[in-house]
Amino acid sequence: MRILLLLLALSATAAFASETLNDPAPDGIRKGGTLADETAPPPMPAVMTPAKKPARNYPEQPPTIPHTIRNYQVDKNFNQCLVCHSRQRSPDSGAPMVSITHYWTREHQPLAAVSPRRYFCQQCHVPQHNVEPVGGGNLYKNIDAIMEASLAE
Amino acid sequence: MFKTLKHYWKLFRRPSAYIGLGTLCMGGFIAGVIFWGGFNTAMEYTNTEQFCVGCHEMKNNVYQELLPTIHYTNRSGVRAKCSDCHVPHEWTNKIARKMQASKEVWGKIFGTINTREKFLAKRRELAEREWARLKANDSLECRNCHDFEYMDFTQQSPRARQMHSTLLASGEKTCIDCHKGIAHNLPDMHGVPIGEIDHSVLEKHIARLVQDG
Repeated sequence: MRILLLLLALSATAAFASETLNDPAPDGIRKGGTLADETAPPPMPAVMTPAKKPARNYPEQPPTIPHTIRNYQVDKNFNQCLVCHSRQRSPDSGAPMVSITHYWTREHQPLAAVSPRRYFCQQCHVPQHNVEPVGGGNLYKNIDAIMEASLAE
Repeated sequence: MFKTLKHYWKLFRRPSAYIGLGTLCMGGFIAGVIFWGGFNTAMEYTNTEQFCVGCHEMKNNVYQELLPTIHYTNRSGVRAKCSDCHVPHEWTNKIARKMQASKEVWGKIFGTINTREKFLAKRRELAEREWARLKANDSLECRNCHDFEYMDFTQQSPRARQMHSTLLASGEKTCIDCHKGIAHNLPDMHGVPIGEIDHSVLEKHIARLVQDG
């Protein structure tokens, strides 16, 4: 009797599991198909290289990288970004210098070189790919939009 | 020993008694063609990627680093293999490089870089050798494909245009001066005057501060 119950329970779980795998996938980022299906991925978008610096959505936003950074080496041996963006190189390269905050310790003590905690550029800075916002779009409103909305009320 | 040598020398010097001059000449010619062809074929084989990554030192270190780079995979499928950058294309220089490379066979036999750690420890030395070689031949292997004469500056980014039209055009700099580590990861770049700032003054200063407590 016990064995029979166990078998029943097992088959029930199996049926449940297979149903779950064939459930329609939630309409999230990748729409359509079931959970078990592999849908075709969208084509890889290109990195945007705007001629004009993109506006920042809020003052502290780390600026996006307006060029490709394929195979850029940033490790303890070498930092490809600083080849152009360091304080010493910036005048020759014409690339914007990494901001003063990168030369501070946590206590705002200025340093002679980029602080180790700010050394790994891509922890904050990323290139923007040419993609539409996913899901229900970006609900973020910057301060200008908020102030305008509040004034309109 | 000396006797045998002398015997062969005599045999070598003696005019042939039975074989005709024509047969000898033809035989020599055909043997020459086979030898020369065989030699060049063998040498070309050592230029193939298959040969280069035949040893784990190359396959597990430098080859893996090459895979994601633009010189290995790109939209048009034109690519550079190991020998395109590391062996001169011209025959005389190629032979010279191949003779130097016999030292690499020595390294292989005695396991100079047979572990990842050994390789990493030696990487700077190996890289410096390649930089020096490319600096000395004015980046010949780069220029086999990237011909300055045919560069369209209007297609380059403003920064590239600025550098290429001045420093490269005047011959003040050569490709390798700026384009290091394009196909492989860079070693510790301490004191190498590409990009990364020379921090030696700063480091000496820190050392003194530490010393003074």
